[in-house]
Amino acid sequence: MNESGQREQFTQLVMPHLDAAYNLARWLVRNPQDAEDLAQEAMLRAVRFFSGFRGGDARSWLLTIVRHTCYSWLTRNRAAELAEAFDEEAHSATASEPSVNATGGSQYYSSPEAQVIAQSEAGRLRQGLDSLPVVFREAVVLRELEGMSYKEIAEVSGVSIGTVMSRIARGRERLREALGAPPPLMVTEPPAKGAASKGPMS
Amino acid sequence: MTCEESKRLLTDYVDGELDLVHSLEIEDHLRGCASCAEIVKGDRALHSAMSLNNLKFTAPESLRRNVEAAVANAFPEEARSMKSNVKEFPRRERSWQWAFAAAAMLLFAVLAWKFVPQRQPVSDSASDEFVSNHIRSLLPGHLADVESTDQHTVKPWFNGKLDFSPPVQNFEAQGFPLIAGRLEYVDHKPAAALVYQRRKHYITEFVTNARGESDAAETHSNQQGYNVIAWTRDSMHFWIVSDVNLTDLEDFAHLLRNEAPTQPAKQ
Repeated sequence: MNESGQREQFTQLVMPHLDAAYNLARWLVRNPQDAEDLAQEAMLRAVRFFSGFRGGDARSWLLTIVRHTCYSWLTRNRAAELAEAFDEEAHSATASEPSVNATGGSQYYSSPEAQVIAQSEAGRLRQGLDSLPVVFREAVVLRELEGMSYKEIAEVSGVSIGTVMSRIARGRERLREALGAPPPLMVTEPPAKGAASKGPMS
Repeated sequence: MTCEESKRLLTDYVDGELDLVHSLEIEDHLRGCASCAEIVKGDRALHSAMSLNNLKFTAPESLRRNVEAAVANAFPEEARSMKSNVKEFPRRERSWQWAFAAAAMLLFAVLAWKFVPQRQPVSDSASDEFVSNHIRSLLPGHLADVESTDQHTVKPWFNGKLDFSPPVQNFEAQGFPLIAGRLEYVDHKPAAALVYQRRKHYITEFVTNARGESDAAETHSNQQGYNVIAWTRDSMHFWIVSDVNLTDLEDFAHLLRNEAPTQPAKQ
């Protein structure tokens, strides 16, 4: 394929996902400047590797590069945060069932609580997502904001579909706990419920 | 289904990633279990809150400009300015050429479809994918996912999960009992997968949307020892995959095609 054909292809296949690329970077590193730098770095890599793109879903292909770029950066700059996230995941996987937790906390999920969750404002939702360990946050963002299937997420994150499912489950459980309580009026501290429910898994 | 089993599957259920039979079991369980039902409500509430408050970040202008410049730089166009709006006009001319080329190819394809005897129009990769999917579903543990012989339960289950309505019937009387249904994603499209049994063998029928495509006659192929028969009808693509002998599979194809619109299954 000649060069100009490649440009046209890249523009048609990959460029439409620039927002998705930035969005993922932004949620993974949680600040606009680093996200922009990393999204740009990832896009440049995508340009460089484009001749190796074998068709298929361009968004998954691009987001795989973005994720890889961001995780390399996290490893260099926020190794502790990353280690903590994987540690937490390992714990939640060995804790026999999330159900232990969920059954115990069933009173938290009464219908009024679902309504409170449904009415959450953008600020609280962002805060809730931001506070998730990075691997859970990544899975929830790809699922809820990008609308990707488990299979696509598994491809981007390089993990099994089962792992994707359990990350989404753990992420949502945290969010339900954080958002299900009425919004704090004065304090910005997380409600006691959220803190207490973290007990069993750490 | 026990509460513990249900809790393990709720996330897949909420995301529509669960097979038919388990979804039905979950729904049964939810009617009697407030704790699970509240988790589902909570997850759905979360989903709706997240989609209502657009939480996606959009790329800043500076990023877009930098990337566009890098793209133009990496793939230089023959002696053209790099400004994208400057090449707007020539590109439009070219799009006409493309349109002609596309029209010519389409015409050729239609002619080929009509006049060339068809043996293998199913794309190999798609066919391959259907075969792999069929084999994977037969792995230990997977077939147990799927047990239902009631087309009245199967059919409504597909509603809302697919943008078309696959015919669902049970051919038990003819020796092909329907045993399962599930949702799949094959050939880059959502597909209904229905599993039938023929003696000791299984047949998977895949149905995908073919809106706007005209009916196409039956075609055969054989992949990894599995027979595949495909056709297009009523704006749907049908694929049936099995290791049963070709005669049985052809009989089954006839059943699906001839009796589909007229004869409701006897049960």
